[in-house]
This record gives sequence, structure tokens and C-alpha cells, in this order.
Amino acid sequence: MEFKDYYKVMGVARDATEAQIKQAYRKLARKYHPDVSKEPDAEARFKEVGEAYEVLKSPEKRAAYDRLGSGPRPGEEFRPPPDFGSGFEFSGAGPSGGGADYSDFFESLFGRAGAGRGGRHHFDTGRGEDHHAKIMLDLEAALHGGSRSFTLRVPELDAEGRLAMHERVLNVQIPKGILPGQTIRLAGQGSRGHEAAGQPASAAGDLYIEVEFQPHPLYRIDGRDLYLDLPVTPWEAALGASIKTPTPGGVVDLKIPAGSHAGTKLRLKGRGMPATPAGDFYVVLQIALPPAADEKAKAAYRTMADAMPFNPRASLGV
Amino acid sequence: MSLPDESLLIGEIFEEGPAVSVNELTRMFAVEERRIVEWVEEGVISVLEADATEWRFSGAQLRRARIALRLERDLGLNAAGVALVLELLEELEQFRRERRSGRS
Repeated sequence: MEFKDYYKVMGVARDATEAQIKQAYRKLARKYHPDVSKEPDAEARFKEVGEAYEVLKSPEKRAAYDRLGSGPRPGEEFRPPPDFGSGFEFSGAGPSGGGADYSDFFESLFGRAGAGRGGRHHFDTGRGEDHHAKIMLDLEAALHGGSRSFTLRVPELDAEGRLAMHERVLNVQIPKGILPGQTIRLAGQGSRGHEAAGQPASAAGDLYIEVEFQPHPLYRIDGRDLYLDLPVTPWEAALGASIKTPTPGGVVDLKIPAGSHAGTKLRLKGRGMPATPAGDFYVVLQIALPPAADEKAKAAYRTMADAMPFNPRASLGV
Repeated sequence: MSLPDESLLIGEIFEEGPAVSVNELTRMFAVEERRIVEWVEEGVISVLEADATEWRFSGAQLRRARIALRLERDLGLNAAGVALVLELLEELEQFRRERRSGRS
């Protein structure tokens, strides 16, 4: 198991004060928070920082962690000492960070219950709690519908009231046309209902699945519209052409109007996301320049230069 | 440990469903009603008809509420701060969109 240096993750000294740790956490959380960050590995970094903060902000957990020293020597496996955590009482403050999804290292030290429960308040009506999850979906699933399997880690209280995580595999029919940021509601898939004062056992809660999309190799999504960057040759753009273009519905023949230029947008109405109403499909032309690889090609470029006196920098005044 | 649930679950797109009430929101996010009221007052989420006797929210507000909950928890923001972040994020998104389409 990999030893995690929580001080290094947070970028603080081992003798940092609580205030310094909190400050470091806030700074990193602002930088990597998945809701605001465009950093490519934001989600993973944010989880790591949240886990480090979970340990360092709690005097008990921090003291227990500090007793481990600064980790094993390079190449040595980390194993928690058998007496780890004895003499410390871990109180359950609400998890910070990206929810209760901690590393093996964390769980080997503090157990899964070490994550504690959020300070959420709800009125006990006997109805099971609603659950929330987030999944990364491939664009194809949203375009064509179909089912996908997801593994969720679900915290659940066992019979003795301890918090335990278990993995749950969900096989979900993806609604065709779902858009990033939208939510799939699975009725009755949250916590089971229980008996509340004066009421019979009532309905289970619902599971809300927030959907985000993995980047697609060809298409970019913006709202319900899809964009494709399509490379064309200078002569196709200048003279017009009919060229083969991939679209979500299959390859089509696309007519490029004469006099097109880099950045020209062609709209295929209704061929974007199959939402209601359907989005549009935009082809954005990119001019690809053929390389002047041999004498013949060079001659062709020289002929063009002679035939077309053209100053692309005229608007720059030079 | 429970067994994996292999049966196919059929869901609905929440945002396309009917408008939700304050009660439903408090249940979904396990928050108190006064939190919802604060979000509305600070402009984090908006109601469908401001002068209706009972507040209803469109599904699109769900995403804003969810982000609010996370930002309040993780960054220590209050509702006013979240409203500002959401506005700036929208502007940023608009800016990115315009830059992408090249303003050509």
C-alpha cells in the first residue's frame, strides 16, 4: 500500500498550525474544486486534498497519523502498525472533500467509519434518504440510448449503526438525449424506508445521478449542440466541394460552399443531441495546408503566389 | 455486503420532469427549508413564478442547488458568495463559447 504524505499533499510543514492547514486547504480546494476548476485532474486532486484535510484538521487523527513518522523508506511497503489509533477517539466530523471516497491508505488507518457522517439535517418522516451520485458517461450512450453499468460506493449504516461502505453495481438505461449536468432520477433506489413515530414503514428514497460526459474524440458538446472541427484543403474551401463528414447519425455528404474560410460554421439542423427540442450539429472548417514536400508541390505554391497577389496582413497596416 | 443489482433500472431525466416544490428540494438535499429560502433570496436559485402562493422550481435549478451545496461545504462560502460564483461561472462559460466559435 502506498504511504500518503498528507503534509506534502497540503503543502504545509509538519508543525503547521490548524489555521495554516485550513488556509492551505481552502486555497487548494478553490483551485481544484470540480465545480469551478478546469484543471485536467481536478477531481482526483480535490479528493486527495479533501482526504489530507480530513486527517490533518482533526487533532486526534493528526496525532495518530503523526505517530507513523514520515512513512516507510523508499521501496518499503507501508503497513499500519497493529496498535495504530489505540488511545485515540475519532469523532465523526462531516467529510470535507469529494464525499466519502477515501484511499486504501486512509481506510487502513481510520477505517471506513473514520470518514464520519455529514452534519446533514433531515426531518424523520420514515421515508428513506435520497442519495446522490455522479457518473461519467460516453457521448454515444446519450446519442443513441442504451444501458450502462456503474459501480457506486455507497456508505450505509449497518445493524449496529456503524458506517460501512459497500460497492453497488447499477445497470441503468440511459435516457436518449440526456445532456451534461442533467440528472437521472431512479425512483426508490435511495435508502430503504423505516418506521417512524406513529407512521408505518414508508417509501424508499430516490437516487439522483448527476451526468457528466467524457471528452469525445470527434465531437464537442455545447448545450444541446454538437461541434466538429473538419479539416478541408484550401481548394475545397475556395472552390467549394462535397465531402464526407462524420455525424452522430452516420457519415453524410456535406456541401462546402465556395469561398469558405477557416472558422466557417456550417449548421446541420436537428442533427445534434437528440433532446427535445433536438440540438444542431455544427461543422467548423479548418484549413489544412498541404506540405510543400517536393519540387512539384513547391512549383504549385509558386504558381499560386504569382497568380494571386494576396496580403493577409492588410488589416494590420503592413 | 449486498449482492450487485444486475436488473436494468429505468430512470427519467429529472430536469425534464414537472417543477419541484420547496418540500421536494429539502428532501432531495437533506437541507432545511430556511436554506432554500436563503438560496432564493440571494439569487442562487430562482422560482418559476415569484408571486405564486407556493414556490415551484424548474429542474434546471437542481444543478445550481447541487453546486451551491458543494461550494458551501467545501469552500466555506455563504449563499451570497455562491450566487456570485455561479454568475461568474456563467460568464466564463459564455466567454469560452464565444472564443470557440471564433466570432467569425
